[in-house]
Amino acid sequence: MDYIPHTPYERREMLAAAGLATENDLFRSIPAALRNPEIPFPAPMTEMEIADEMEDLARRNEGRRMASFLGGGAYRHFIPQALKSLLSRGDFVTAYTPYQAEASQGTLQSIYEFQTLMCRLTGMEAANASMYDGASALAEAALMACRLTRKEKIAVSAAANPHYCRVLNTYLVAAGIEVVEIPHDGGATCAESLKRMVDASCAGVFLQNPNYFGVVEPMDSLSAAAKEAGALLGVAVYPISLGLLKPPGAYNADIVLGDLQPLGMPLSFGGPYAGFIACKGEYIRQLPGRLAGRTTDADGKTGYVLTLQTREQHIRRAKATSNICTNQALCALAAAMYLFTMGARGLQQAAERSVRNARALQERLCGVKGVRLAFQKPFFNEFVLELPIPIEHFLAKAKEEQVAPGIRLAPGLAGEKEALLVCATELTRKADMERYAEILTKVME
Amino acid sequence: MPLDAYEPTLFELDHAGEGRDWFPRESEEKPIEDLLPPECLAGAPPRIPDVSELEAVRHYTRLSRRNFSIDSGFYPLGSCTMKYNPKICEAMAQLPGFVDLHPEIGAEAAQGILFVMDEIARFLADLTGMQRVTMNPCAGAHGEFCGMLMVRAYHKDRKDHRQTVLVPDSAHGTNPASAAMAGFKIVEVASNTEGCVDLGDLKKKLNNDTAALMMTNPNTLGIFEKDIVEIARLAHEAGALLYYDGANLNAIAGVTRPGDMGFDVVHINLHKTFSTPHGSGGPGSGPVGVGEKLLPFLPIPVIEKKANSYTLNYEYEKSIGQLSTFFGNVGIVLRAYVYMRLHGIEGIRKNSNNAVLNARYLKSKFEKIIPPAMQGDCMHEFVLTMKNKERFGDLTAMAFAKNLLDLGFHAPTVYFPLIVKEALMIEPTETESKRTLDEFADAAAQVLKNYENDQKRVLSAPHTMPVRKLDEVKAARQPDLIFKD
Repeated sequence: MDYIPHTPYERREMLAAAGLATENDLFRSIPAALRNPEIPFPAPMTEMEIADEMEDLARRNEGRRMASFLGGGAYRHFIPQALKSLLSRGDFVTAYTPYQAEASQGTLQSIYEFQTLMCRLTGMEAANASMYDGASALAEAALMACRLTRKEKIAVSAAANPHYCRVLNTYLVAAGIEVVEIPHDGGATCAESLKRMVDASCAGVFLQNPNYFGVVEPMDSLSAAAKEAGALLGVAVYPISLGLLKPPGAYNADIVLGDLQPLGMPLSFGGPYAGFIACKGEYIRQLPGRLAGRTTDADGKTGYVLTLQTREQHIRRAKATSNICTNQALCALAAAMYLFTMGARGLQQAAERSVRNARALQERLCGVKGVRLAFQKPFFNEFVLELPIPIEHFLAKAKEEQVAPGIRLAPGLAGEKEALLVCATELTRKADMERYAEILTKVME
Repeated sequence: MPLDAYEPTLFELDHAGEGRDWFPRESEEKPIEDLLPPECLAGAPPRIPDVSELEAVRHYTRLSRRNFSIDSGFYPLGSCTMKYNPKICEAMAQLPGFVDLHPEIGAEAAQGILFVMDEIARFLADLTGMQRVTMNPCAGAHGEFCGMLMVRAYHKDRKDHRQTVLVPDSAHGTNPASAAMAGFKIVEVASNTEGCVDLGDLKKKLNNDTAALMMTNPNTLGIFEKDIVEIARLAHEAGALLYYDGANLNAIAGVTRPGDMGFDVVHINLHKTFSTPHGSGGPGSGPVGVGEKLLPFLPIPVIEKKANSYTLNYEYEKSIGQLSTFFGNVGIVLRAYVYMRLHGIEGIRKNSNNAVLNARYLKSKFEKIIPPAMQGDCMHEFVLTMKNKERFGDLTAMAFAKNLLDLGFHAPTVYFPLIVKEALMIEPTETESKRTLDEFADAAAQVLKNYENDQKRVLSAPHTMPVRKLDEVKAARQPDLIFKD
């Protein structure tokens, strides 16, 4: 099956117009020895056949039926119906990067609105049009801090998402930048270690709030410590939490980043998601990625363009702030639609409901004999459980009952004991929490 | 409201109401201050405007109508490949069994999706003549970065600390940027009068510090590098690796393979060759294929197949590391998989054939209007030049492009590749009909005729878009990047 409109007659006509005798001549500039390779491939299918196959494959993902308590950087949140229907409009989905501004005002204005929303959410003064995901946003933000300070060392909290930290390492090792890890103390970034490890040679301190363990960090004092050492403060945030928590601007963050997935994007097994970076106004020329700006047209009417492109790869080539070209525009659009549709109150409710559900779940689970909360710290909608039994055993039992009870933490990450990162959102159902507790009780007996 | 009228931002429509309840309230709730430390709380909700659902729906519907898109018209952008996106691909990627799957669910519970990721990786490997493909990179440029990191790891592993990457002067801007991000110094290689890599210049610049040569083939002028086998030999002889920028793979997919030409590492832009929608600038997906030399350095996690089950391997000894939070843009991979299964190899080959046929046909029509920048056969795209002042006067490539917008067509790519003055780069793709191509060529001729009759109007285009020519200088000098009340 294909999507080519030509008739055989038209094809002959076109070949003749191009001065070619046969279709083989189309490729005559390719050396003959390189042409016509044998390529094994399954036979083409009709739309009906592929639909059957895809439905069958979707069913093979057992995880689709499970009651899930998984978080750790990807969260199942409510998605308003209006967003789904608006986002699927062909004029958004099949449009190109808005280089021809006059023909792309829809996308450009939506980016401008997105930038404004990100600033209002984080308390910062500038934001870009999105990055690939939260982890690459962290890496790009760290590189940005190094360019701003002309220093080549980054400190990152050990309580930050380990996936983010691995990506940070991949990017920074390539750039010849040293990464040091500030240990956590009982689930929160250790302020004493921060003061000891961060000195004038350090470009930036990067923290996550709430951190990977769900713990709400004491940002005021950590921020003060980073500033005292002369480093920029970078913060990775979970955007839903900003419905309740103080925006990073309020504790003097310099660069804020995060993953937009919770704002209207489905889980999709890890992507497409989108990252974002917001910063203080004075740093915009080192901010990687696209920026939309408002300007006027020949009649003085308001319009939008991509701007400050002298930072970008298509002009600056090897000297660009980043190689990012395509970003995640449609995902950023989804995030903006989510915020506008839900409104401040909707965001606040999603955050509050998530916190309450997580607390209710934690209290119920810690009521099971032998089960305890790993860290005695305030948490947002995720927490770490310590079990006195091999976690493997519990995970297997839970799976039998179609429950995904949490993310098993790598040994040593949360301490000596084996631990499980458990998450609730506003969508977590009371009945599923009860089922979780029952399975846990049964396993403990 | 007419489309050309000002569309207020949603911040201007804010009526600061109360908002609505999205979730059921519970009776007897503790105050939130009992659950979270008060000093961490904002105290007031973030300043998101309060608009009704209808206002938001109308706003976005109107914004969408201010966009050109493939579904609404012809988009002859060179090097960007704006072809039709079959609707079935969208629908299949959105089956609940895929979109509701958490990335930490574990490989065992995600066998269907891992099957797709492994299968498509195998198809892409066969199609490019590579040993193995990773689906992890989130975009073409992310793939370039991944590829260059592997190049770096390869040389380092051999204790051969090469620092330089050669990039043709016609290359996409992302090539030098990606190589620089991977820690390399960039040296440009000149193009010859035929638009191909200048072998003399290449020989001069290749040496034992060259880690890699990055090539696009067909290159960004739409020309197949006929000396590619010799170029590969020279690069390998100097101990360098050959990198393939797959942006133009759609011209040759099924017809010839980068692996057979001697490339060691290849990235593929799924949206270009396998039609995933462009989304106004992403999400994309940039899988990377490698030959034997680079196998040990693939990014983690690596999908592994044992018997008929798939696992995710994070312990891949010499890996360059992890590139994204999870496994890349899986949803885009699903769309491309559906597209490939619909087409089969015959369909993919036919696409390449018709992409080149359309370009060759359109070029023959344009030759009568605007001269090509290079002589010789083009593949799926071609570059014209309007540098001849005697012929075009003050009509620049950009002004020409803005006039096409008025005539109902998206503009071609302008001012790329950088080595062509007043460049217009056109890529019709295979999904456009002969009638559309004819109409487009007629519109181009019309612009030149209009210019003879009314220079002022032509130079001040566009006139039919929601806004007229925009002041980009003002936007850059006085940046207005967020709405302030």
